Amino acid sequence: MNLIENLNKIFDSRIRLGIMSALMVNEEVNFNDLKELLNITDGNLASHLKTLEESSYVKIEKGFIGRKTNTTYAVTKLGEKAFKTHLTALEKMIGTMK
Amino acid sequence: MNNPQQSFEDLQHIKKMMERSSRFISLSGLSGIAAGLCALGGAWFASQKINCWVKGDCQLGHIIDSGGRKLMDELFWVATLTFVAAFILAFLFTFLRSKKNGLPMWGGSTVRLLWNTAVPLMAGAIFLFRMLQLGQYDLIAPGCLIFYGLALINGSKYTLGEVKYLGYGNLLLGIINLWFVGYGLHFWAMGFGVLHIVYGIVMWNKYERKA
Repeated sequence: MNLIENLNKIFDSRIRLGIMSALMVNEEVNFNDLKELLNITDGNLASHLKTLEESSYVKIEKGFIGRKTNTTYAVTKLGEKAFKTHLTALEKMIGTMK
Repeated sequence: MNNPQQSFEDLQHIKKMMERSSRFISLSGLSGIAAGLCALGGAWFASQKINCWVKGDCQLGHIIDSGGRKLMDELFWVATLTFVAAFILAFLFTFLRSKKNGLPMWGGSTVRLLWNTAVPLMAGAIFLFRMLQLGQYDLIAPGCLIFYGLALINGSKYTLGEVKYLGYGNLLLGIINLWFVGYGLHFWAMGFGVLHIVYGIVMWNKYERKA
């Protein structure tokens, strides 16, 4: 089996990997928390989130806290599956080290 | 990026991001030590008050006829002040640590930690307040330890996992204390004081000394 095939290109980026990691262990995370977690700019985060959204790995929910907009992100079923496959591939990859 | 070394680093990164996003990990060991010292100070001060009252000296003669209510009031204030001092110091050290590590102090994980600790704590506070109102003082000290222990165990899922051992320790002390009514202050000093200090030292050693 080709190990590299199972490594997801979308998760090549550390930032997208970080976003997915956070979303896997939280029901939802809002934009600002993600920004602080990854320590990146608004624009940078938004573009990575867009990539994930376009692959249907992440879904967006726009809401309000008082008058302020609060955009939260959650992982989709598809995203969860893709992430798990990627994790397994990473582990197998490490297995080849020995 | 298709080499094993990179895969390994990716996994490390995933683990770190998962922990950072789901748990409040800035809790400082120094916070534990400071809170413990406050508790010991408070317990010492309270024991002075009680001794005074029992011996009937130090101008407390006039309060005896109030049936110990005044003493209870005073002890209540000692406890409150101790709690406030401990809380402020604990907050301070944790704040400093989160600054040093460049981690946000306020975020989803902070809210979850506070909420999950506050619920058992508040239930306990109301319960014990009612017991005080009814003049039932015997189980106040064990009650504090038990509810505090439960609050820590509950909150530990949202911060450094080791907090749960501190919780179990306090819970256990509280339960033992149920059969040693009258030694509440000793158990308090043990649970809120010594356990916190031990916990704080262990945690500081484990996570902060090198960093």
